[in-house]
Amino acid sequence: MHSVQHHGQQPRRPDLPHCCQPLSPFHNLQELRHSASLANKVFIQRDYSEGTTCRFQTKFPSELESRIERTLFEDTVKTLNNYYAEAEKIGGQSYLEGCLACSTAYLIFLCMETRYEKVLKKIAKYIQEQNEKIYAPRGLLITDPIERGMRVIEISIYEDRGSSDSSSGSSSSS
Amino acid sequence: LKNNCEYQQIDPQALPTPTPAPPPHHGNDRDKREEPKRPRRKWQVFPGKNRFYCDGRIMVARQSGVLPLTLGLIVITSGLFFIFDCPFLVKHLTSCIPVIGGGLFVFVVITLLQTSLTDPGILPRATPDEAADIEKQIDNTGNASYRPPPRTKEVLINQQVVKLKYCFSCKMFRPPRTSHCSLCDNCVERFDHHCPWVGNCVGKRNYRFFYTFIVSLSFLTAFIFGCVTTHLALSTKNTPGSNMELVICFFSVWSILGLSGFHTYLVASNLTTNEDIKGSWSGKSGEGVTNPYSHKNIFINCCSVLCAPMPPSLIDRRGFLPTDESVQTAGAGIGLAAKSEINVVGGSSQPASGLQESPSPVPVPPHSHQNSSSV
Repeated sequence: MHSVQHHGQQPRRPDLPHCCQPLSPFHNLQELRHSASLANKVFIQRDYSEGTTCRFQTKFPSELESRIERTLFEDTVKTLNNYYAEAEKIGGQSYLEGCLACSTAYLIFLCMETRYEKVLKKIAKYIQEQNEKIYAPRGLLITDPIERGMRVIEISIYEDRGSSDSSSGSSSSS
Repeated sequence: LKNNCEYQQIDPQALPTPTPAPPPHHGNDRDKREEPKRPRRKWQVFPGKNRFYCDGRIMVARQSGVLPLTLGLIVITSGLFFIFDCPFLVKHLTSCIPVIGGGLFVFVVITLLQTSLTDPGILPRATPDEAADIEKQIDNTGNASYRPPPRTKEVLINQQVVKLKYCFSCKMFRPPRTSHCSLCDNCVERFDHHCPWVGNCVGKRNYRFFYTFIVSLSFLTAFIFGCVTTHLALSTKNTPGSNMELVICFFSVWSILGLSGFHTYLVASNLTTNEDIKGSWSGKSGEGVTNPYSHKNIFINCCSVLCAPMPPSLIDRRGFLPTDESVQTAGAGIGLAAKSEINVVGGSSQPASGLQESPSPVPVPPHSHQNSSSV
C-alpha cells in the first residue's frame, strides 16, 4: 500500500497496524471510522471517594494494556479530573457570582455563559486534541463524558478490519 | 486520501457481527431509514415523562400538578393587594409600599417559573453498551447458582459507607444522592422531592431557584399580610378584597414560613428532603453514621448548595440525534454487547433512546453538545 504524503504527515510506524498509521490528524480520525471496526468499549467509572464532585477513576483497565502506555492514560484522566475540579470549585469568586445571580433572580443564567460551560468547552477541545495526538494513532477513541451524562469516560477500541486476530469482547473485570 | 484502499467503506446493510433477536428499538431505525426526515432533536425521543415546549428550550413534568393554582393564588392575591390596599396605604403611609410589593412579586414569579421550567438535574439513561458492561460486572461478581440479591454497590465516600442502588429503568447504578422520580420517570441528581405546587422535581440544578422562591414568597406573603392588617386597622371600611387577602395570607404565611425554615435547616446541613425523611444520616441505622457530604461548617454548606457553579443540563435536549449511518455503527456495538448473552433490554420500553444517544464513534466537532441554555 502506498502512503500518500500529506502536509504535516507523521512518519510511518511499523509497530502499529496498517490502518492506524499516524496520518494528518483530521484524516486519521475519518479513516479510523471507515477502515476499522469497533471491537470493544471500555468504561471508566466515576470515583465517589471524595463526594459527588465529578472525578473519574484512574485505575488502568486491563483491556487497554496492549494498546496504550499506562502513564499516558493516567495523565489524560488526571487532567480531566483537574478540569472538572476547576469547574466545580467553590470559593470566594463562586460565592460572589452566586449572590449576583440571586439578585437578578437568576435571569443572568439565561444571558451569560456559566463558568462550568466555559470549562466544558475547554474539556471538549482537550479531548479532541488527545484523540488526535495520542489515542487515534493507537486505534482508540475517547468520548467526551458529557455525552454520557458525566457517568463514564467511554473509550472505544478499534481493530484493524484486515487483521486476523481481532480480539473482541474480552471478558475481564475492570 | 485512499491510504487504506483495500478496505471498503462500512456497509450499513451488512454488518460483520450478526445481531441476535433484534432489540425493540430496531423498529425505529427502519422507520428512520425509510423516510428521510430532517434531523430530529433529542428532546423528541426523550424517554422520561416530560413535556417540552419552544423546540426543547422549556421543559415541564408531565403532571403539572397544581402549578396553575400556585401561580393563580400568587397573582390574584398580589393583584387584590395592588388594587385595594395600595391606594390607601400610599395616601396614608408611604409610596414605597407598592414598589416593594411589586419588586417582591416579580421576584417570586420569576423564581417560580425558573423552578418549574428548568431541568432539575435529570440523568440521561445508560446507553446499551454501558448497560451491558454493568450487567457483565454484576454477573461476574455475583453467584451464578442462585438468584442474585437486589443490585447494590457500596462505595466509600469520605470514609462513610454509602450504598448505591441499581436503577432498573435507567439501567445504571445511581450516583450518590440520586433518586428515581416515579412521577417523572427520571433519575434526578441530588433529588430533593417532587413538588406538586411547582409541578417539577427539585434537584441539583433547580434547588437554588426553589429555595429563593420559597424565601421570597414568605417575604411577599408576610409583607402583604402586614399591609392588609395595617390597612384594616387604619381604615374604617372593610373591602371584600382585603378580607380575602387576609384569609389567604393568614393560612399560607405559616406554612410557607415553616417550609422556608425547614429548607434553611437542610441547606445549612447539606441535606436533601429525601435523606431527611428517610433518616439516612441521622444514625437510625447504626452508630457513627454521619452525613458524608456536609462540610461541617454552616457557611460552607450554604455556599456549596446555593452558590456553587451552575451545573450544565446533561440531557442536551436541543442536540440533534446522530445520523443513520452512525446509528447503524452503534448497532455493531450492541451486537458485540449482546454476544455476552445478557438481556440488555428490560421490561420498560426505551424507544430508541439508548440507541440514539450513542454518538458516532468519530468525534463530531467539539460543540456538538449544545449547551444552548442552562434552563
